[in-house]
Amino acid sequence: MATLELEDVSVTYRSTEGDVPAVRGVSLSVDAGRSLGLAGESGSGKTTVTSTVLRLLPKSASVTGRVLLDGEDVLTMKWGRLRAVRWASASVVFQGAMHAMNPVQRVGHQIAEPIRLHERSVSESTARARVGDLLEQVGLPSRVAQSYPHQLSGGQKQRVMIAMALACGPHLIVADEPTTALDVMVQQQVLDVLTERVRDLGLAMVFISHDLSVLASTCDDLAVMYAGQVVEQGPSNQVFDDAHHPYSHALGGAYPRIGDRRFRYAPSGLPGDPPFPGEAPSGCAFHPRCPEARDVCATTEVELRPSGDRRWSSCLFAPEVDA
Amino acid sequence: MIESVLEARELEVTFRGRGNRSARAVDGVDLRLGRGEIVALVGESGCGKTTLSRTLLGLEKPSGGEVLVSGRPLEYSPSALKKHRRSAQLVLQDPTGALNPRRSVYEAVAEGLRVHKFDGDERAAVADALARAGLRPPERFFLRYPHELSGGQRQRVVIAGALVLQPQVIIADEPVSSLDASVRGEILALLLALRESLGLSLLVVTHDLGVAWNIADRIAVMYLGRIVEQGPAEEVLSAPKHPYTRALLSVVPEIDHVEPIILTGEPPDPTAIPPGCRFHPRCPALRDGEAAAVAADCRGRALPVLSGSGEHEAACWLAGSPSAR
Repeated sequence: MATLELEDVSVTYRSTEGDVPAVRGVSLSVDAGRSLGLAGESGSGKTTVTSTVLRLLPKSASVTGRVLLDGEDVLTMKWGRLRAVRWASASVVFQGAMHAMNPVQRVGHQIAEPIRLHERSVSESTARARVGDLLEQVGLPSRVAQSYPHQLSGGQKQRVMIAMALACGPHLIVADEPTTALDVMVQQQVLDVLTERVRDLGLAMVFISHDLSVLASTCDDLAVMYAGQVVEQGPSNQVFDDAHHPYSHALGGAYPRIGDRRFRYAPSGLPGDPPFPGEAPSGCAFHPRCPEARDVCATTEVELRPSGDRRWSSCLFAPEVDA
Repeated sequence: MIESVLEARELEVTFRGRGNRSARAVDGVDLRLGRGEIVALVGESGCGKTTLSRTLLGLEKPSGGEVLVSGRPLEYSPSALKKHRRSAQLVLQDPTGALNPRRSVYEAVAEGLRVHKFDGDERAAVADALARAGLRPPERFFLRYPHELSGGQRQRVVIAGALVLQPQVIIADEPVSSLDASVRGEILALLLALRESLGLSLLVVTHDLGVAWNIADRIAVMYLGRIVEQGPAEEVLSAPKHPYTRALLSVVPEIDHVEPIILTGEPPDPTAIPPGCRFHPRCPALRDGEAAAVAADCRGRALPVLSGSGEHEAACWLAGSPSAR
């Protein structure tokens, strides 16, 4: 059984200007000890998709489909059950979460908070010992527990957030752009901590980023989202090196391979902007920006279909295989 | 050598801290930006790269050394500074933060003209700047507000605001790091095109070596207030001499990767610059014994300031520092 399984999940935001479909029919699954990278631009729906996992969406969002966490549908859980599942079964490291720390409380106190709330019988000294242990797991000395957030650097704070996410021993971690605001050196340290934890504790991880190169070096599998849909899925290195969808290809090319002369004075981007949610073009939503679009792309509805061994693409011109 | 438009010579910037601690944010830097040249200034947070660029713009006053504008020392009288800030423009990292949400695109771009009491055709100048920044037709964007624009378009508006004063130099501080992957290449291509069409000089401040590989002619790598390696981009990135540059390169995420060199030890602190080579407490070459032959120098002998001549050079005893030869 997969740790996390999304079956045909759609999310629609109701607004005064009508319904906005932010996520349209996404199916994904992550097994224990595996990591899935979710790539895409701002507004592609990647954060919305993962917010369904712990039902973190605002009331204006309506969710359909099934979100199975350890086999149990999160969408139909009672409130009390949901509270128990948050942190203990699955936890989230948000983008810029380090700015969400309480500036007037010691770091150790903040890490211990979910432990105290979820395991009421835990004594103060046990909680303190666990906090020290968690800090060491993310490569920080346990004395950091005595620090206030402003005494830590960005990378240290982000590691504290990871320690906090691990506090109640979840099976699943969702990391939403956990390194985006960090320097390259610190980014690498944080990525190492995350991948080590996934490996050593046998966790499942969903990792969100717009940087395909970070995802490819961190995750086992990749899913690329565009305009609320998954347009390509497969093993990371294959998707990165040999994309079956022109959009993944463009994302992969956006970050140059240093040393490769083809990228010198030739930054490659993708002209145009992604569609606003709810204004997805007809046919393949990517066709107005696609360098390889043909007439049929504007008129033919596309869906994800197999394009190789463990690979899927929604491009009409992806390799054909018999399912 | 190409004519220099903006240059730092033995530049030092010190900030007074509490007590007697002072932070030497820029601690002896020679750097020149030639006409039509794109130089990438690379380093981690806190290395002084932002302070250096602010000082080049005349926003900070150096505590030592000087800033040269087209070969002449920058003066710090209000009128001289105003003139300098017209010809050298700054583009910041986060376009959403740089734009006033209650001002239209037209007003945002025209602001610089009004500050500098432009007496020509304002409308034409704004339209021209927007078009150059790739927002075409410009009139369609005049009355738009930042929230109606995508991230890439907002950054183009910020760039148009810099271009409208027809500067000679643009200093771009992390111009693409808050942008989406697909937009990033477009903005970098725009910067290259502006150099081509207007002969602009660009100093791109970034921690992203990929940006440097994409567009820079030369690279200067900064660590703890000093340039520790500099030279033509291709040489520095293909054959880095300084262990710090090598470590930075090794953590660029890529597949088929070399083993990442993770730097340990205390993060650099400009209030307590180590003696000898300032990188020595974290240097992997010293730790692994690769630098055993020069270890005493690394720990105790200060390195000279790199000349900034444009040739590939590194401030490292192991790499054979210029004066050590």
